[in-house]
Amino acid sequence: MKLINILDGLGAYLEMIFRMFVKPQKYSMFFREVFRQMYDIGIGSFGIISIVSLFIGAVTSVQFGNKLMNLGIIPMWWMGGMVRDTVILEMAPTITGLLLAGKVGSNIASEIGTMRISEQIDAMEIMGVNTYSFLIAPKVLGAVLIVPALTTLGMFIGIIGGMISGVLGGYFGQDEYIYGLQDDFNGRYMLIMFIKSFVFPFLISSIASFKGYYVKGGALELGKSSTDAVVLSSIAIVFFNFFIAYFLL
Amino acid sequence: MIEVIGIEKSFQAQRVLKGIDVTFEKGQCNLIIGKSGAGKTVFMSCLVGLIQPDNGQILFDNRDIVKMNHTEKSDLRREVGMLFQKNALFDSMTIEENVRFPLDMFTNMSAFEKKERVDFCLQRVSLMGANDKYPSEISGGMMKRVALARAIVLNPKYLFCDEPNSGLDPQTAIVIDNLIKEITYEFNITTVVVSHDMNSVIEIGDYINFIYQGELWWKGDKKEILKTQNDELNNFVFPSEFMKEIKEVLREGRG
Ligand SMILES: Nc1ncnc2c1ncn2[C@@H]1O[C@H](COP(=O)(O)OP(=O)(O)O)[C@@H](O)[C@H]1O
Ligand SMILES: [Mg+2]
Repeated sequence: MKLINILDGLGAYLEMIFRMFVKPQKYSMFFREVFRQMYDIGIGSFGIISIVSLFIGAVTSVQFGNKLMNLGIIPMWWMGGMVRDTVILEMAPTITGLLLAGKVGSNIASEIGTMRISEQIDAMEIMGVNTYSFLIAPKVLGAVLIVPALTTLGMFIGIIGGMISGVLGGYFGQDEYIYGLQDDFNGRYMLIMFIKSFVFPFLISSIASFKGYYVKGGALELGKSSTDAVVLSSIAIVFFNFFIAYFLL
Repeated sequence: MIEVIGIEKSFQAQRVLKGIDVTFEKGQCNLIIGKSGAGKTVFMSCLVGLIQPDNGQILFDNRDIVKMNHTEKSDLRREVGMLFQKNALFDSMTIEENVRFPLDMFTNMSAFEKKERVDFCLQRVSLMGANDKYPSEISGGMMKRVALARAIVLNPKYLFCDEPNSGLDPQTAIVIDNLIKEITYEFNITTVVVSHDMNSVIEIGDYINFIYQGELWWKGDKKEILKTQNDELNNFVFPSEFMKEIKEVLREGRG
């Protein structure tokens, strides 16, 4: 019974994805929505991602630093590369993804859900607007376009955070760290980061849109659908994160 | 003209619409009245294709919306305006942007032409000088006016109004009703109004259809309502003892 419900939901979700990718009815209106979405996500999440990345980078560095210092057999300039790879592979894309699942996921679900329960979506449908392509597609496209930039930002700030805490903690000097950053750089890791930073926002925005679009009832259900959106997209992120790592690393 | 033939709709075991046949005339206000839960909103949703009926045909000047796919429906809907029970104004847009939205979406008018058309429609519903306000900043009556202006901005052939009076005081309700009626005549629209609120909406009904327990129970005009012997209709239109007495007095008075 439960399984059937899940499969049903998955089917409806895939149908939504399928319906969303049609030619926009009016390009100017469509791209206005895409840019609005990019702006909202970019400006809205810039601050939180910077702060969190800075401290995650910092704590990564301190923890590695502690371990290596005690071990005493590895040169401390290695730290640059270790922090770099950890940040690129996991911290920047996954932390950004999870943060955005909370912030953007709940925003999108409640925005679309409000439009659903106040009949605004019906009103658009009656006007002849294809609401899948006008309401949902720009959110997904906007998220997929802006999040790689946010992730890249998070990556730089994380690496800088690692340097600041490492230098202040006396684990290495700035020059050593920068030397380590350049050592043995694996371009494949960057590729994996970018794959994640496309896949995660796609999951977040489409799952949140789905939860909002199909909400029924009133304010209570709206709140629940927005929470569901956050929980489901977070689970989807860690799930896909694992598989991307498993198959691509 | 819209012809409805044998529309049926069930939700699980509950038969909400049990085969409704009715015709809505062009250039007229066609009313659908009935108690809460009678199936009015479901019927209206079938008419505009938001709900797929189980059986029957709905012919918009001989085009059956029941058989249409999503794209065909979208095309037909450019000819449809609708006034929603909860107004359904876009709350992230100003009044002007709300009314302009269908023009932005479906026409290639210049900014100037759009502005002219929007102002014309807002003027038609007697709502000027509120262009830059947001829906949350205006009264219920004004929201209805905006919704009506938005519904007519693309010059619809068909206009649907679900409970146009809900949430309005009686005087404002009558103003909105009269607007709907004037616009219907002026632009020769096929208008369908759904309401449970007899007292106000009856004013504007050229044709009145009474839905009772999912069936079309009675049809006629407002003069015939006074004479009707139909118990269910009588109980609906004259629910209180006091109203029943008024009806008796009226009848005797007219001999
Ligand atoms: N989507 C739906 N699913 C199940 N039952 C519904 C649905 N929509 C309406 N109904 C039922 O259909 C009946 C008629 O509802 P409705 O058309 O909204 O009445 P009203 O005449 O007050 O507008 C009600 O009993 C309602 O519970
Ligand atoms: Mg209703």
